[in-house]
Amino acid sequence: MSEAPLDQVHLEPQYATARQQAETAALGMWVFLATEVLFFGGMLFAYTYLRATFPEGFAEAARETHVVIGTINTVVLLTSSFTMAWAVHAAEHDRRRATALLLAATALLGLLFLGLKGLEYYKEWQEGVVPGLNFHKDGPNAHVAAMFYYLYFMLTGVHGVHVTIGIGLVALMAVRAWRGGFSARYFTPVEVTGLYWHFVDLVWIFLYPLIYLAGRSGP
Amino acid sequence: MRGADAGLGRPPRALVLTWLALLGLVALTLGLAYVPLGRMGIVVALAIAAVKAGLVVTLFMKLFRGPVLARVAAGAGLFWLAILFSLAATDYLARNDAATGNFSLPTGREGSR
Repeated sequence: MSEAPLDQVHLEPQYATARQQAETAALGMWVFLATEVLFFGGMLFAYTYLRATFPEGFAEAARETHVVIGTINTVVLLTSSFTMAWAVHAAEHDRRRATALLLAATALLGLLFLGLKGLEYYKEWQEGVVPGLNFHKDGPNAHVAAMFYYLYFMLTGVHGVHVTIGIGLVALMAVRAWRGGFSARYFTPVEVTGLYWHFVDLVWIFLYPLIYLAGRSGP
Repeated sequence: MRGADAGLGRPPRALVLTWLALLGLVALTLGLAYVPLGRMGIVVALAIAAVKAGLVVTLFMKLFRGPVLARVAAGAGLFWLAILFSLAATDYLARNDAATGNFSLPTGREGSR
């Protein structure tokens, strides 16, 4: 991997200025994130339909999710977004070690999130709420609960894949930052990775109330 | 160069305040989830989520300080999400399953029966 020289930006021939090059990279990520909105959008519509069609069975199922783990994970992910934004700020100000350390902290918080998520899945397996593999619910609303958990595992599973990819990217950026690969003039990869990481956080910001807070105030 | 680079330094105040606001909103939405608000519950929860998302997009992702085209891309994402929802709704919300009793949701236990 060829790193850019510390104080000089390598300009690809199709760009007029370093600024244009950096903005194009950011734009590419924003366009990708727009497609990601649609990727999650289909599942979110399924959620909307299910919840509107079977409000009672839905609330009954959602109420049994692990709200403590879900809330802790929300705090973990929001905090990781904070350390990520701080890392970009540090990169912008040429604080290379701080950038590397903050990126490492972000990746570790991501790992903590996945660990807690794994614990949650383990508990759900033991509770027998994994549709198709290990589902032991009875009663009039069992089929709605099954649909809820299908959606739950799809949404959180696909989100988890995104977190995993994010951890890999952030860790890679941490290594590059530690080796002095970025400077105040060149830190576009850190910035673009940050955009991706914040998006993963954004998805969770909506999943949290949709999954864990639904049906809490019911009978 | 290394001298100015020791330790983490102080985080920018705007980022700290954003982070604290986000944590405050988590506490708020968690508390309100246990208040019986009826059908307004989901509206309140999503409104708080939207505020949180707005904070992240504005202050962490700095969408409004970057190139204009990035805003167009972000707006297009939401616009197409609205299209996805409205066109899908023309099918699903027009179905009348309740009248026919024609539910066929899988339970995942079909094989065991």
